[in-house]
Amino acid sequence: MSTETTGLVLAAPSRAWVETVARRSEGVALPLGALLIGFLAFSVFLAVLGKSPVAFFGYVYQAGFGTEFSWSNTLSRAAPLLLAALCVALPARLGLVVIGGEGAIVLGGVAAGALAMSLPGLPGPIGILMMGLGAMIAGGAWIGAIGAMRYYRGVNETISSLLMAYIAIALMNHLVEGPFRDPASLNKPSTAPLPDAYRIGELPFIDVHWGLAAGILACVLCWVLIERTTWGFAARIVGGNVRAAEVQGLPTGVLMVGFTALGGACAGLAGMFEVAAIHGSANASLAAGYGYTAILIAFLARHNALAVIPVAVLFAGLEASSGLIQRRMELPDATIAVLEGLVFVAILLSETLTGRMRLFQPELWRRTS
Amino acid sequence: MSISEVFGGIPVDRSTLRALPNKAIGVATVGMTMRFGAFTALDTVSITVRAGTFHALLGENGAGKSTLVKCMMGFYTPTSGQMMVEDREVEIADPRAAHELGLGMVYQHFTLVPSLTAAENLVISRARVSPVIDWTREKSGLLTFMATMPFSVPLDVPVARLAAGEKQKLELLKQLYLGRRFLILDEPTSVLTPSEADELLGMVRGLTQAGELTCLMITHKFREVTRFADEVSVLRRGQHVGGGRVGDLTTNEMAAMMIGEKELAQSADRVSGTGADILSVAGVRAMDRSGLKPIAIDALTVRSGEIVGVAGVSGNGQMELMEILTGQRPTPAGEIRVKDRPFRASRRQCRDNNVRYLPEEPLRNACAPKMSVAENIAFRTFDTIEGSGRERFWLDGSETRRRGAELVAAFKVKTAALDAPIASLSGGNVQRAVLARELSGDVDLLVAANPCFGLDFSAVAEIRARIMAARNAGAAVLLISEDLDEILELSDRILVMSEGCIAFETPIASADIAEIGRHMAGHA
Repeated sequence: MSTETTGLVLAAPSRAWVETVARRSEGVALPLGALLIGFLAFSVFLAVLGKSPVAFFGYVYQAGFGTEFSWSNTLSRAAPLLLAALCVALPARLGLVVIGGEGAIVLGGVAAGALAMSLPGLPGPIGILMMGLGAMIAGGAWIGAIGAMRYYRGVNETISSLLMAYIAIALMNHLVEGPFRDPASLNKPSTAPLPDAYRIGELPFIDVHWGLAAGILACVLCWVLIERTTWGFAARIVGGNVRAAEVQGLPTGVLMVGFTALGGACAGLAGMFEVAAIHGSANASLAAGYGYTAILIAFLARHNALAVIPVAVLFAGLEASSGLIQRRMELPDATIAVLEGLVFVAILLSETLTGRMRLFQPELWRRTS
Repeated sequence: MSISEVFGGIPVDRSTLRALPNKAIGVATVGMTMRFGAFTALDTVSITVRAGTFHALLGENGAGKSTLVKCMMGFYTPTSGQMMVEDREVEIADPRAAHELGLGMVYQHFTLVPSLTAAENLVISRARVSPVIDWTREKSGLLTFMATMPFSVPLDVPVARLAAGEKQKLELLKQLYLGRRFLILDEPTSVLTPSEADELLGMVRGLTQAGELTCLMITHKFREVTRFADEVSVLRRGQHVGGGRVGDLTTNEMAAMMIGEKELAQSADRVSGTGADILSVAGVRAMDRSGLKPIAIDALTVRSGEIVGVAGVSGNGQMELMEILTGQRPTPAGEIRVKDRPFRASRRQCRDNNVRYLPEEPLRNACAPKMSVAENIAFRTFDTIEGSGRERFWLDGSETRRRGAELVAAFKVKTAALDAPIASLSGGNVQRAVLARELSGDVDLLVAANPCFGLDFSAVAEIRARIMAARNAGAAVLLISEDLDEILELSDRILVMSEGCIAFETPIASADIAEIGRHMAGHA
C-alpha cells in the first residue's frame, strides 16, 4: 500500500512529461510501424514466391551492413540519396509535394560535366567548387521554377515536377549525345572524362567519397535552417496554412521559390558528386533512380532533415544488397522496388493515422487519481 | 402491394399522385418546430404557400430560413409540426419522399456536372434511368419538353461553358423536367449579375402566374421581393414574425419585421475622444470572389479611438474588403493609406504601423492548425527582437515558450499544454489565442471580420470587451460583421455594404435600424 502511494505521488509531477513524450513519440512510432508493416507485407510476397524472408533479410544485412566493404558500398549510395531526399523534404515543409528530384540530379551532373569540359586547367579545389556551384544553380533553377509555377500560376507542383524530371532526362540525353559529347565515348555517349584534378577522392579512414560528408552536412544545415531560424519558421507557417501566412504579411512567394530552389540545389549537388566521384563524366548513368528512392526516404523521415540521415543509410543498404539478392535468391532486379513500393504504401496509410491513435494522445496519460 | 410500399413507406394516396404532373401545388407548414439540443432553431412556424404563388421568405442570417426549408424537404426531421401538401397531411422522411410529392429545391450553388452537356445533366438527374441510354429518344423527348417551356438553354454545350445565369436557368429547368411543381429557391440570385437575376426571377414569376409552379424563395433582397413576389413571410430568431401580401407591405415594414426591436446595448466603459485618421481607403476597385461582380470602395476612413462597424448581408463584398486590406486580393485601382502613408500590407508596414488583423474563422484563416499553441502565438513576433524591433535570424525557442505562457495566462486560453497543436483547442480558445497574438503590444489599427462567429456566449462577451478595450486605448478599429447586434453594440459609426459598395453611413447616435436594414437589403 505505502509503495503504491509513493508511486502515485512521484508520478504526479512527471505526468506532463509523459504527455509530451506521448505526443512526440507519434512522429517516430508511426513511420517505424509503417516500415515494419511494409517489411511484413514483403515477407508474405516472398513466401508466396516460395522464397525465404529470413534468407532475404540475412542477405540484405550481409550485403548492406555486414562487412567493411558492404558498408562502404552502402554509404557511397547513401550520399546522393541524402541530398536528393532534401529536394523532397524541404518543399514538403511548405506544403509542396515535389517528386521530381531526379531531374535536378541529372541536370546538376550535366552542368558539372560541361563546366569541367569548358574550364579545364583550374586548380583542383577551384574546379570542384565551380562544378559544385554550377550543379547547384542548375538543379536549383529547375526545381525553383516548379515552386514559381506553383505560386504564380497555380500549377500543381507534384505533376509538374514529375513531368519536368522526364524533360530533364531527355535534355541530358540530348546534351551528352550532342553538344557536350566526347567523340571518344563510343558505346556510351558521355561528356569528356574529368581531369584527374577534378575528381573527388575518398574520406579519410573510410572507403567512401566526400559526397557522404557533404550529404550529412547538408542535412544538418537544412535541419538548422528549418527548425532554428526565423526563415525556417516562416516556411513552416506557409506549410501550416498559407492563408494565415499571407495575413501575417509573410513573403509567401519568395519562401516557396527559395525553399524549392534550395532543395533543387541539394539534388543538383548530388548529380555533381555522381559525376566527380563515381562516373568520371556525365552520361545516362546519372538517371539511376536516386531521385525516386529519395521520395520514399523523405516521407519515411517525415520530412525531418536529420531523420533523413538514418533512413537514407537504410535504403542505401537495401539497394546495395540488390545484386547479391539477384544472384543468391534468383529474384529479379525489381524485387527491391517491390519492397520500396510496399513500404511507401504503408507510409502513406500511416499518415492517415496521425492524431487518431489514443496511445499518442496526451489525454490517455492525463489520469486523475 | 400497397402504394405506400412502392414509395418506400411514405403514406401518399393516389389522388395526390395523380394531381402531381400538370399544375402548381400548395404547401403549408403547421407548427413546425426544430430543436438542436437546447437550441430552438424553429419555433412553431406556420406558413402557407398557396398554389401558383411566388412566396418570399425573408430573414437575417441565422433566422431559421434554411432550417425551415430543410425540414420541408426532408433533410431534417422536425421535432414537431406537420407538413401539408395540397391540404393533405404528409410525412416527409427524406428528400426522396419530398421529390415523390413534387417538391424540389434549387440551391445557392450549382449542382450540375460541369463537364456534361445540359441534355446529359437533365437525363442523369432522373431517379430512374435505364442502364443503356437511348440518346436519340432522349433528345427528342427533351426537345418536346423544351418546346413547352417559356425559356430554353443550349442542350449540347458542356455546362461549364454556360454563363452563371444560364446555369441557374438549367437548374430551374431540371426541376420542371423532373416534374416538380413546388420549388424552393435558396438565394438563387447570389451568384448572378443583377440583369441575369431579373431575367431568372421574371421567368419564375411567369410560371407561377401561369399556374404551373409554386415557388418559395429565400432571399435577403427587398428589391427582389417587391418586384417579383406575391406574398412574403418573415422569420426572426426561429419565429414567424409576420408577412402577408407584398402589395400591402412597405419595405420599411418588412425591414422592421426582419430586424425587430433592437436596443442599442452600449458597452459601459466606452471612452470618448476620437483622434487622427489612421486608415483611409480611396477609390479602390477589385473583383469579388466569383470574379463577376466589382467591389468599389470609394471612401472609407477609420480614426484613432473609434470602432467603425461594417454591416451587411453575407456575400455583399465584406470578405473581399477584408482581403483587400490584408493584401490578399489584387486591387487594380485606388489607394489605401495608413497614418497618411501608402500601405500595401507588407509585414514590415504592419509592424511599423501596429496594424493587426483578426480574420473570420481563425483556425482556417489565422492559424496553422498542426503547429503548437506557443508557435501560433509567435507568428507575429518571431522574427523581431522584443523591444528594439530589429529583425532576427535565429529563432529563440525559450522566448517563444515564455511569451506563449505569459499570453496564454493573460488571455485565459484553455489549453492542455503550450506545445499542444492549436487545432485541439475549442473555437473560443483558438480565437483567444489569436487575440493574444494580435492584441498584445501597441495596436494602432485593428481590422476584424466576424470575430465572434460560432462562439459561445461567454467567449463572445470577452472578445467584444477586448476589442472595446483596444479602441479605448486609442486603436482605430474596423469591424466587419454579419451580426447586426454586434455592430450596434460596438460601433461608433456604422457603414452598410451592399453589392460591393458602401451604401450607407451613419453615426451610432442617430442610427435608424429600419434604415440600416433597408440598405442591407439593397433597397435605398
